[in-house]
Amino acid sequence: MSNPANAKSKSGVTGIVRKLISGFTGIIWTIFAIGHLAGNLQLYKTDGTAFNQYGHFLESLGGLLILAEIFLVLFLGMHAISGIQVWLGKRKARPESYKLYQSAGSKSKQSLASRSMIVTGSVLLLFLVVHVLSFKFNIFKPADVITLANGAQARDLYKYVWEAFKNPVYAFGYTFVMALLGLHLRHGVWSALQSLGMMKPKFSPVIYSIGGIIAALVAVGFLSIPLYIYFS
Amino acid sequence: MSKETIRLKLKVWRQEGPKVKGELKNYEVEISTHASFLEMLDVLNEDLIHKGERPVEFEHDCREGICGSCSLVVNGMAHGPQANTAVCQLHMRHFKDGETITIEPWRASAFPIVKDLVVDRSAFDRIISAGGFISVNTGSATDANSILIGKDLADHAFDYATCIGCGACVAACPNASASLFTGAKISQLALLPQGDPERKRRVQSMVNQMDVEGFGDCSNHGECEAVCPKGISISAIAMMRREYVKSYF
Repeated sequence: MSNPANAKSKSGVTGIVRKLISGFTGIIWTIFAIGHLAGNLQLYKTDGTAFNQYGHFLESLGGLLILAEIFLVLFLGMHAISGIQVWLGKRKARPESYKLYQSAGSKSKQSLASRSMIVTGSVLLLFLVVHVLSFKFNIFKPADVITLANGAQARDLYKYVWEAFKNPVYAFGYTFVMALLGLHLRHGVWSALQSLGMMKPKFSPVIYSIGGIIAALVAVGFLSIPLYIYFS
Repeated sequence: MSKETIRLKLKVWRQEGPKVKGELKNYEVEISTHASFLEMLDVLNEDLIHKGERPVEFEHDCREGICGSCSLVVNGMAHGPQANTAVCQLHMRHFKDGETITIEPWRASAFPIVKDLVVDRSAFDRIISAGGFISVNTGSATDANSILIGKDLADHAFDYATCIGCGACVAACPNASASLFTGAKISQLALLPQGDPERKRRVQSMVNQMDVEGFGDCSNHGECEAVCPKGISISAIAMMRREYVKSYF
């Protein structure tokens, strides 16, 4: 019950370090998501060459792309582990929960989004595995090969994506998960900045609002694509 | 004029000791709307004593919102529904006739229950002992204003210094984190020239002690700020993190 003063915390990693890791890796992934979305918007150009050229350009980066992917996976792992540790720590820090608990409101930023980070995060992690297997490695179905305008051989990813999202399971599954991404970012974006110590009272309300706007734009941007393809 | 006396149903956490299982017990009380929340519990206790039952244990001292002793979770909210007040400053006029009120202790493994609604908050003392002070040579007092501090800075530091150490931040936090309490002290001292020489050692030592005590991590829910009787901003937590990072450079 009583701990001697000046004992060392067991792991040597303090809660603040976990938050710094979580915040930094979260910001990197948010930036990646925005970049990814910008690329995906090429799917709205119906002749498909723009999207396929963009895909081919990424693959032609070779080692640079692989390096970026290694870092992304590493950051995702760190993000997930720190999140799981926070969740486990919370159960240890309050073994007996309140019989009645409610948010005091007003200045509280507690919301469905903030309380469901572990759930939305877990779903997103599972989703990412399926997503990468489907669209990067084409595990479930091989992609056709086409010749681009400059003569290079490339996968016809445009056709691949269109075919996938004509399947209602994919189209609505993606829509649902992207809504969860929006929820995750609603708390995640401003929270990451707070974790990195960047929030000051003067800017906090603005940053909190901007966090919500980024979350909504990213979610709507991503989920509009499967819906557009399915219904067109 | 509203009714001067109201009847309330109470669900109060009763627990014989630290290792005994507790439960919510039902009571009824009739109380003036002018009474404070703690006076309502006094009336309940007098009634229980008359009946030969064990009174409800709860902590209190100044009853004017400055000592940080009172520590009740009222209807699921630390210090009850009224913002910027300790529960001793909450009055019964905020409740309706016939209402049911649930009263629980702070719940955190770092704040073990002593009895009923009383918890052991000495974990906070150990966090302060780890560095929440300024080491000075005692002797004759220095001249007032020998170190000049700007008004803005003094006000800013004072906002963090208003912490009364009640522990509501921990009680309300979904993760039972002590970040607001620890951050407030670190920020207060880091802002002032008197706190500057020891700032690196202080933040590392206090953050480490906070973890050793078994408080949870902060998830930036901001619930602590909403229940804090002094309205201390979670900017203290952001500042603690900045101080922590800076302490390694």
